[in-house]
Amino acid sequence: MGSNEDSAQSVNGSSIKITDVTQDGDTLTFAITSQKSSSSAGVCVFRTYEDFEWLQQGLFSQEDVPGLQGVIFPPLPSKPLPSTSLSQAKALKQLGFLALGDEWMIYCKALELYLQQVAAHTTLSKSKALYSFLNSSESPGKQCGKKGILNRLSQAMEEMRKEGHKDVDEFFQSERDSSTNLSALFKLSTEKFLDVVLNKQRLALACGHFSTSLHLCVNQDNPTAVAFSKICLKLSDIIEAVKINYEKVSDNDISTLGLGLDLESRYQEAKREMLFRRTCKLVELETANRNSERAKPNKKAIMEGVQKATQKEFDIISSVAKQEIEHYHRDRVSLLRDFLICWCEKQLSTARESSALLSQHLDACKKFAV
Amino acid sequence: MAASSERSPPPFPESEEQELEHDLEEDEEDSEEGADIFTGGTLSDSAMDPPLPVSSSEPPKDIFSEPPADTFKDPLNKTSAEKAASGGLSKAQAAVPVKVAADEELDDLFSDSLGESGAAPVTDAKIAPLLDLGEEPQKSDVIKKGAGKDDASTEVLSAPQNDVIKKDIFEEPPKGAAKDLPTDIKDGNAAGKKPASTDLFGDDDDEDLFKEPLGAMTKKPQGSLFTEAKSEAKAARPEQSNSAAADLFTEEAFTVTPVVAAAKSSVNTSSKTNGLHSDEEDLFAEATVELSLDSPHNDRRKREAAKPSAPAPSLSASASTSKPQPKTLEELEEEEKEDTFDLNISVTNPEKVGDGMNAYMAYKVSTQTSLSMFRSKQFTVRRRFSDFLGLYEKLSEKHAQNGYIVPPPPEKSILGMTKVKVGKEDPSSAEFVERRRAALERYLHRVVSHPSLLQDPDVREFLEKEELPRAVSTQALSGAGFLKMINKATDAVSKMTIKMNESDVWFEEKLQEVESEDQQLRKLHAMVESLVNHRKELSVNTAMFAKSVAMLGSSEDNTALSRALSQLAEVEDRIEQLHQDQASNDFFIFAELLADYIRLLGAVRACFDQRMKAWQRWQDAQNMLQKKRETEAKLLWANKPDKLQQAKDEIVEWEAKVSQYEREFERVSATVRKEVIRFEKEKSRDFKKQIIRYLESLLQSQQQLIKYWEAFLPEAKAIA
Repeated sequence: MGSNEDSAQSVNGSSIKITDVTQDGDTLTFAITSQKSSSSAGVCVFRTYEDFEWLQQGLFSQEDVPGLQGVIFPPLPSKPLPSTSLSQAKALKQLGFLALGDEWMIYCKALELYLQQVAAHTTLSKSKALYSFLNSSESPGKQCGKKGILNRLSQAMEEMRKEGHKDVDEFFQSERDSSTNLSALFKLSTEKFLDVVLNKQRLALACGHFSTSLHLCVNQDNPTAVAFSKICLKLSDIIEAVKINYEKVSDNDISTLGLGLDLESRYQEAKREMLFRRTCKLVELETANRNSERAKPNKKAIMEGVQKATQKEFDIISSVAKQEIEHYHRDRVSLLRDFLICWCEKQLSTARESSALLSQHLDACKKFAV
Repeated sequence: MAASSERSPPPFPESEEQELEHDLEEDEEDSEEGADIFTGGTLSDSAMDPPLPVSSSEPPKDIFSEPPADTFKDPLNKTSAEKAASGGLSKAQAAVPVKVAADEELDDLFSDSLGESGAAPVTDAKIAPLLDLGEEPQKSDVIKKGAGKDDASTEVLSAPQNDVIKKDIFEEPPKGAAKDLPTDIKDGNAAGKKPASTDLFGDDDDEDLFKEPLGAMTKKPQGSLFTEAKSEAKAARPEQSNSAAADLFTEEAFTVTPVVAAAKSSVNTSSKTNGLHSDEEDLFAEATVELSLDSPHNDRRKREAAKPSAPAPSLSASASTSKPQPKTLEELEEEEKEDTFDLNISVTNPEKVGDGMNAYMAYKVSTQTSLSMFRSKQFTVRRRFSDFLGLYEKLSEKHAQNGYIVPPPPEKSILGMTKVKVGKEDPSSAEFVERRRAALERYLHRVVSHPSLLQDPDVREFLEKEELPRAVSTQALSGAGFLKMINKATDAVSKMTIKMNESDVWFEEKLQEVESEDQQLRKLHAMVESLVNHRKELSVNTAMFAKSVAMLGSSEDNTALSRALSQLAEVEDRIEQLHQDQASNDFFIFAELLADYIRLLGAVRACFDQRMKAWQRWQDAQNMLQKKRETEAKLLWANKPDKLQQAKDEIVEWEAKVSQYEREFERVSATVRKEVIRFEKEKSRDFKKQIIRYLESLLQSQQQLIKYWEAFLPEAKAIA
């Protein structure tokens, strides 16, 4: 921690960009550029998804940070499944919106957001793992992986027991309740929105088929047939315009609100995890309290020592968590706001474009002599 | 002279031909005998080579069909009544080259068959064509001679001769012409009787000549008589030679005899024409049976033939009657433009009458018009669905057989109607009722926009009359049954197409177009249906999304965000409505339009079917006529004059039928043609109208969308 402070090496969060992605078999390699706040020189590194997992693990397991368990870690998107054609449906199920878009565009955007959020976080931005992730030309390491999965499995087991644990603090209790509720709702909304977007894509496809079939009706044999063929071609153009409109609209949906909803639901999940970690600590503290009360006099001192240490730790975690939650609330509102505004503006401009195009078609059609 | 050339096979037919022609110009007798020889040649040929008649009858058809069309039309159209005679002359001249051309064609054929049949008939056959060719000059000689003898008579003569030639060329029952002929002869032919008769004999020879292939079997034994006949002919004077030749033939072809007799006495001319007539009938009965098997030529030939023969009494008349024939597409199109009218029909207020399974839907049919054919300017009646079907039944019964495209009504839907009958208020049955209402309205529009159907009293009654007799047996038209009927008709059509070698390329192409269009429209219909389904799905999904956003909004702690989310939910609700509207627009504008046209194409095919039926009737009548003629020929051969008259009567009767059916077929063809053109124009207009409607709906929904987003944007920005 000390070494980070004096180096003033903290990375400018907004400068982190994923500029390129290359697919080699099942592995996606992302080109990540970043700038340090102190200099204008950019650094470019190549990272795989395993490297991101390593970073996340590194952030989880920082040792010298007090109240680390109270931090809401920015959520890392799930592992991408590049063999798209084979598992399109599976990828959609696991990744949702992130599986959409050309060439993993949306996924890159999500990873970029993740890195930016890590870099913008007051505590996490100082981590060595982030520094080496963004600067080291070598791949940081592939040793982790399994640990994370084991952790999660055991967490899931514990969760069952501790989720319902009554909190001592009113604030955290209500946060936990609302978080559980909101997280489910966001997930649902994201799914529904995904359905809408997929539907629009199918509609665009159907329009495409329709427009192509109309081309087949062309017959140049005699004047009436030519007139009819012209009408068919006109209609084909119109349907094509409708198709393009739907494509644009669904792209807008994906790149703005879709991404936003996805991020939000993952963040809700991260927040729940954090609250859960705190609950675990609370359970630990309560056990320590009971132990110290029931402890025999010869062990009482030790138990009280443990109880005090746990109490102190829990207090720190709680205070960090409180700050994190407040911070998170501010962040997410502005984030969602930005996504909503961007979405709205894009839809508006698409609708305007499309209506201009359609009125052109309408004029042309009305002038068309039969 | 001719005899010698006959016996020694000439090395160069060309030179001999000239020689012979020269001879013939000098002396007609030779031509007569040449004809005899020729017939002999054909006799032996056809005896040895049975396929000959078929092949020989085909090529002339080509020649007949095309050149006469041009050569005759022009003079016919130009000649006024005063110039009738001179026009006739020019026609006669025009006819000669045609004839020559035809004969040349025959030459080829005969020599071809010769090569196949072997060495024996070589001499005969080779001379035969030559002599045949020579006949033409002979004929024109006759005219010239006639002109030398009597100017007045020749003018008249030339006209009838022309008619006769025409008959030959067209191989057509020239009723008008035939009847006309005797009067012409009577008029100016006291002196010109003889030239007239020779002239006619020349024609007779032609006929026989053509007839040979037909009666080859019966005439076969006649071959030995040739030399005798020839020598006789040589010695005889023109008339005698003719009669000798005629005698020769009379042994098996009695029909020739009356011709000779008639030619000699103008009093008997009517019977003569009959004789002539029947001869020709045989000829082309045969020819048509074969010709009709293929090709537009036959049809065209017939049409051209029908034209000059009908108006024969006066040339000016023929000039005027020939006009309607070339009534072309442009004229039809012009007619199209005229049928704009003021008639506005709407079908509204669908209402359920009665209960349970006996319930039915009644619709209000309101008409607004300024047409004088209706009693008032505005009137309203109530009609139930089966009344619409009944109207269709009546109309199709009356008009379909004439080749009109009778617009089909919407199909009966047992499922949809049962839902309406059973269910109370359910969106799918409401949609069904609305869909049917719109379909019925479109149906009525199509009916009244048809100029001929609008004139139908049943249509007027349907629109005006307060109470309509209950339509019966519409059950047969229900849903699947109706489709099956169309499919059946389609099958029948395709089967008949195989039988009927299309006589007009236009119809063939159109039918194919209609078929492929049907396929395309069906495909498009499927596409539009899937489009509509996607849209419906989208509106459902949007509704669900709106719901979940609304829930999010209510659970959200941040008030500004919560407000914005609730607003968003409302926007999405409205968008859902837009999607739903668009889905129904897609459906009502495109899916229904396409479905209508798929049904209409069925009606178009049905009218092609009607044309085919008319054709079939005509062909059957022709076959029957042919049979009657064969019977007559047999009777002639068997020498049973008692039954002969009956056979002749039957022939006359069937001739009338043939020409009636032919006229019917022509009429139906013309109607179908007109109807299809009308249908295509209507289709283009309809599609254009619907596309504009569709575009307007799209535009409107985009503008609504813009409004919604514009309203939402400040809400999103207001999130603190």
